[in-house]
Amino acid sequence: MEDQSEEGISRRAFLGVMAVSAAGATAAALAPLKDIVDLPTLEEFLQKHYKELTPADKEAILERIRKEVKAKYGVTPNLTDPQPLPGVEFGYALNIGRCVGCRKCVYACVKENNQSRDPQIQYIRVLQMRKGSIDVETSSQQYEGEVPKDGFYYMPVQCHQCRKAPCVKACPVKATWQEPDGVIVVDYNWCIGCRYCMAACPYDARRFNFTLPNLPKEDLNPDMGYLSNRPRPKGVVEKCHFCLHRTRNGRYPACVEVCPTGARKFGNLLDPESEISLILKNKRVYVLKEEVGTLPRFYYYFDL
Amino acid sequence: MTKIITDYLVFVRRCSLRTLEGDWRYFLWMTVLTAGALLGLNAYCKQFVAGLATTGMSDAVSWGLYIANFTFLVGMAAAAVMLVIPVYIYHDETLHDVVILGELLAIAVIVMCLLFVTVDLGRPDRFWHIIPFVGKFNWPISMLSWDVVVLNGYLAINAHICGYLVYMVYQGRKPSPALYMPFVFLSIFWAISIHTVTAFLYVGLGGRPFWNSAIVAPRFLASAFTAGPGFLILTLQLVRKFTAYKISDKAIMMLRNIVQVSMVINVFLLFCELFKEFYTDSAHVASAKYLFFGLHGHYGLVPWIWTAMALDAAALVLLLLPVSRNLKPLSLACGLAIVGIWIEKGMGMVIPAFIPTPLGAIVEYFPTANEWLVCLGIWSFGLLLYTLFLKMTIPVLTGAIRPTAD
Repeated sequence: MEDQSEEGISRRAFLGVMAVSAAGATAAALAPLKDIVDLPTLEEFLQKHYKELTPADKEAILERIRKEVKAKYGVTPNLTDPQPLPGVEFGYALNIGRCVGCRKCVYACVKENNQSRDPQIQYIRVLQMRKGSIDVETSSQQYEGEVPKDGFYYMPVQCHQCRKAPCVKACPVKATWQEPDGVIVVDYNWCIGCRYCMAACPYDARRFNFTLPNLPKEDLNPDMGYLSNRPRPKGVVEKCHFCLHRTRNGRYPACVEVCPTGARKFGNLLDPESEISLILKNKRVYVLKEEVGTLPRFYYYFDL
Repeated sequence: MTKIITDYLVFVRRCSLRTLEGDWRYFLWMTVLTAGALLGLNAYCKQFVAGLATTGMSDAVSWGLYIANFTFLVGMAAAAVMLVIPVYIYHDETLHDVVILGELLAIAVIVMCLLFVTVDLGRPDRFWHIIPFVGKFNWPISMLSWDVVVLNGYLAINAHICGYLVYMVYQGRKPSPALYMPFVFLSIFWAISIHTVTAFLYVGLGGRPFWNSAIVAPRFLASAFTAGPGFLILTLQLVRKFTAYKISDKAIMMLRNIVQVSMVINVFLLFCELFKEFYTDSAHVASAKYLFFGLHGHYGLVPWIWTAMALDAAALVLLLLPVSRNLKPLSLACGLAIVGIWIEKGMGMVIPAFIPTPLGAIVEYFPTANEWLVCLGIWSFGLLLYTLFLKMTIPVLTGAIRPTAD
């Protein structure tokens, strides 16, 4: 049955040469893989979704991350998983008349939340708007020099923690969700990095780790939460989370604390006597892109 | 039972062995495709190690060439339905001999789609999170979870239909309608659904006015029914040139009718979209303006879209003229339409929605060489797969492989 003719043999030799060269070329093509430094451990790979973790699972994960942080940054972090407080729904209000565009909030946020420094990931964008215009297209995010400039006002934008959040709907794996206190969080160990949430967000609030985040040891903030500012891996999405590791422990977000003009206000929407509730009741308040219907928990207001 | 399995394995083995036969042109073609696929694999390994920073994407333009190709290819896969409907619903025998080739194309193309989605993931190691029941599937809320279901379902349905029908031809048995007709009807519905769901992926986002338009799904289908059968017209001519498989001119002309009508509808729907954008001239026109005319001194997509418009227009004219009843002008028209639609649906549909950003900034997107190489790799791999499928199937269809023959 086998073809033993000369042609058959040369044919087999030919196929053999082809197979060997294909195998060699495949090995060469795979060569870059030897430089990989951040392959997940088996534990990480098999880690379950946040909402399916038992308290023991969670403690083991926190401990693992503490060790990883210690190994990489030389500090054992105070890593916890602060839970939403009962009877609390966070809201944010920004006094558009007071903001001077100094961007202190932008940098305080980066410092607080352990973002990658190079490339620098910033959660807050400050738009320099022409007075008399509310069209964001005429704004500039790249303004430089002394502020405030004549003829302009400033509108910082960060995650609006929408009540009807398009990003949460978009996520195919429930890696981002809304907590009972209204904060929209991301589990950096569950996100698959498809970036559909980024396409869905009407406020340009989400950031992606296009490469391994680069955070110098001396810049690490060791006070961290699992769903907030712990160091992030490569290839996942992150965003503002109202500094939940601070706010769920009774402190203000870093951006509120640092603002030199008092333009930023934060508090519990469910408490009728809170500063935020009084602002919503008494001031001229608006939300950005109301027409998209996302019902943000982030409001802009002005004094009159 | 074991006999059924061994028989089937013998069949697969016989078909597979056919892929090792061919003249120098075949081996050259396969070598070129393998080299392309390996270049892509190499580029992907670099991306896997360094992250998506190897691409031209950014926080502003968070989807690029990968998703653009994905969108185009979902349409190519869906186009198999345009062959299935006449043959199985209207019992029009003209396309009977080519319908299997269309379904095989759908299988190869769906594999390409899945690859394009995979290379776009920041964490491909977590792919299992998206597997129903195993991971945490946000179904039915997330349109992307719908896409996972419909694409894999379509792959399974077409694999079953092709595998079953070809095996029956091999055995010289009449296929039992109960074992494939329900799947054929399902596949028609399913083909429409894969492209509709992919359109809804974009349409459902209220924060991206460029996509948030009800006409996207019909546009996708019309362009798919142009590019898919157009690609088959080119393939069928190659098949009948290089194999013993007989394909009539009539079948090709039937496909021409499909391509012709779809192209007219496609261009009409495009016109409707452009009218709405530019005549209304609201703030929402910014993306379309950027695409066609540039915005605030940024012109990144302008050459792309006008190339697409020129190709589309040339293809439309050729298809409408009687000259395209001849094969050469017809092939030219199909080639122009395929490239035109690839641009229109990819760079022209996916990218502009991100520019300007929802906060009005303009960040342009230029794919990197590494990104192009990954795309080249997937295209090469897809063509390789389709060539192998044809190489395995056609000898069965022509009767060269039979259970008794050796």
